[in-house]
Amino acid sequence: MTYFILQFLNGLQIGAIYALVALGYTMVYGIIKLINFAHGEIMMTAAYFIYFFMTLLDLPYFLAVILAIVFSVVLGVLIERIAYRRLRNASRLSALITAIAVSLFLQTLYAILFTPDPRAFPLTASSFPVLEIGEITLSSWTLITIVVAVIVMILLQLFVTRHKAGKAMLVVSEDLKGAYLMGIKVDRIVSMTFAIGSALAAIAAALYIVSYPQITPYMGALPGIKAFIAAVLGGIGLIPGAMLGGFLLGLVETMTRAYIPSSVAQLSEGIVFVILILVLLLKPAGLLGKSEREKV
Amino acid sequence: MRKSKSKRVFTAILLVSLAIIMLLTSCGDAAEKETETTAPVVTGDKIKIGGLAPLTGNVSIYGIAVNNGVKLAIQEVNENGGLLGKQIDYIVYDEKGETVEATNAYNRLVNDDKIVALIGDVTSEPSIAVAQRAARDNMPMITASGTSADITKQGENVFRACFIDEVQGDLMGAFVANNLELEKAAILYNVSDNYSQGLTDAFVARCEAEGIEIVASENYSSGDTDFKTQLTKIKTAGAEVLYVPNYYNDDIMIVRQAKQVGLDIPFLGGDGWDGVLSENVIGTEKNDADGAYFTNHYAPDDPNEQLQSFLTAYREAYGMEAVSFAALGYDAAHMMIQAIEEAGSTDSDAIIAAMKDIEYEGVTGSITFDDNNNPIKTVSIILVKDGEYTLFTKMQSDE
Repeated sequence: MTYFILQFLNGLQIGAIYALVALGYTMVYGIIKLINFAHGEIMMTAAYFIYFFMTLLDLPYFLAVILAIVFSVVLGVLIERIAYRRLRNASRLSALITAIAVSLFLQTLYAILFTPDPRAFPLTASSFPVLEIGEITLSSWTLITIVVAVIVMILLQLFVTRHKAGKAMLVVSEDLKGAYLMGIKVDRIVSMTFAIGSALAAIAAALYIVSYPQITPYMGALPGIKAFIAAVLGGIGLIPGAMLGGFLLGLVETMTRAYIPSSVAQLSEGIVFVILILVLLLKPAGLLGKSEREKV
Repeated sequence: MRKSKSKRVFTAILLVSLAIIMLLTSCGDAAEKETETTAPVVTGDKIKIGGLAPLTGNVSIYGIAVNNGVKLAIQEVNENGGLLGKQIDYIVYDEKGETVEATNAYNRLVNDDKIVALIGDVTSEPSIAVAQRAARDNMPMITASGTSADITKQGENVFRACFIDEVQGDLMGAFVANNLELEKAAILYNVSDNYSQGLTDAFVARCEAEGIEIVASENYSSGDTDFKTQLTKIKTAGAEVLYVPNYYNDDIMIVRQAKQVGLDIPFLGGDGWDGVLSENVIGTEKNDADGAYFTNHYAPDDPNEQLQSFLTAYREAYGMEAVSFAALGYDAAHMMIQAIEEAGSTDSDAIIAAMKDIEYEGVTGSITFDDNNNPIKTVSIILVKDGEYTLFTKMQSDE
């Protein structure tokens, strides 16, 4: 039982990060039906921002994170403005290919600017105290990660259900043209969506690099893809779906590794995809998705 | 209509995401197209020794280090009166880490430059290809750092200066039994890497022979960053020591995550750990790797005079610290030179015979050859202590 709880917490920690990144995918998809493949790279750039603020400006971690969030928001909004806005009415495939281009552009740019060699992040989770609750040993950073992620998600949920701008976002995701006709400033809502998504990715980066303290231009790729899977799993376009999908993905990954013998542990990645395929076969719109009727 | 459209879009998205995954995995290798060759000087009274090394491309770090070591050795010999009364002319070609390039460069060395002996290649795959040619030509050849057992199996004329991968895993097994006196070991290795796999197999075999129980054998694939699940499993299995035969970027991540899950046992590794204390790997938490033992070619704090003077000379010549590959290149060159000296001529058979019986004292230890032309040499066990590599003990590779 102790073993199960330990692995469950490991799963929750990585799942929390997937969920935060998945939210960015899902919100953008909800609004403009674009899978923003550059989203993982927002996380990567945020990690570099935090790193440089801490090493070059000697800022404390917390302040560096706040600044990095601001910079990531600006970057996210700029990317939408420069790369995606003109393609709003083009075919979805063109926008998708542009997103891939932005992703590769950022990776290559960072590789050229800062070399592809990994850099060590100055703050590591191993320097945080280890909590011992009975049989359970738990890094306090694991706890911080889960708690911060959950708080952020609750705030986001409150924002979209209670705040006027949040509600406007939901309306735009229901029907973009209709919202436009109702006098909602769609462009502003889209920018806001990218801003929120980027901020979440920056928070995810802040939590991620302390646990996995290596920064490379390609570090966003894998969590980005995983988070995308999480978003599809939960039902892309749905905020609670991304949260559920993220945690679920983290838990499935951890639990398959924890309980399947190592000789076949290579399966763990495979099992994630098997689950994705099954979910898409049985519920094509994702776990929380409802198959929508054609709007007239 | 709507349904088929959204289906098509989804297929497109899936295809594109697959394409992305493939692109992402192939990124990151920017091969520089540069060739660095020393123009052959045509003079009658020089001894020509050829070199092959990847001076550009993916594995250029290794090639440049080995080449630097070789150049330093040859420069020393030339300054001290040369070899058999002649100066050595070292001709090196960049093979970019590719088998075809290496074979072409080898042909050029033999046919155009008329070398008498070869120091190279650096990595295993091209070394095997070159060794096949060299065996046909009966060309005396020594690789500084090719660890694959197959290289020296190509012919009697092919030697190496480094220990093979299996030796490291084997010795660590003996180390656990004899020095640490522990009985329950665990392994965390990279299943997608031959080096990691080779060390693991040898370690497991030795542990079984010594009666050490492997309580957990966990693995991961290249690119993984989360090891906490495996480490939790290892902790629960009650391991007393953990073998981590991987490269330093993974090693440091594993060490740090072990602290997070409260796994506090000694870590063991191979020469892939060399570099773990570099500034850009360990960062500001300099003591995180403390308490780890790993097998290496030499220890920088080894008081051995020859090693210390090599390290100083290297620092002066290149303005940086030597790594193991440089030390191995230096030794490989000196071994070839000593063999030619002892042979008393540049005749291939004489050089090969002299090399076979060589008793060499070098910076990476004293070396003699076994039946497979693999060196029997000292292996240093390094202990990471207070953020420094320290020599813990020395073992013989056939122990």
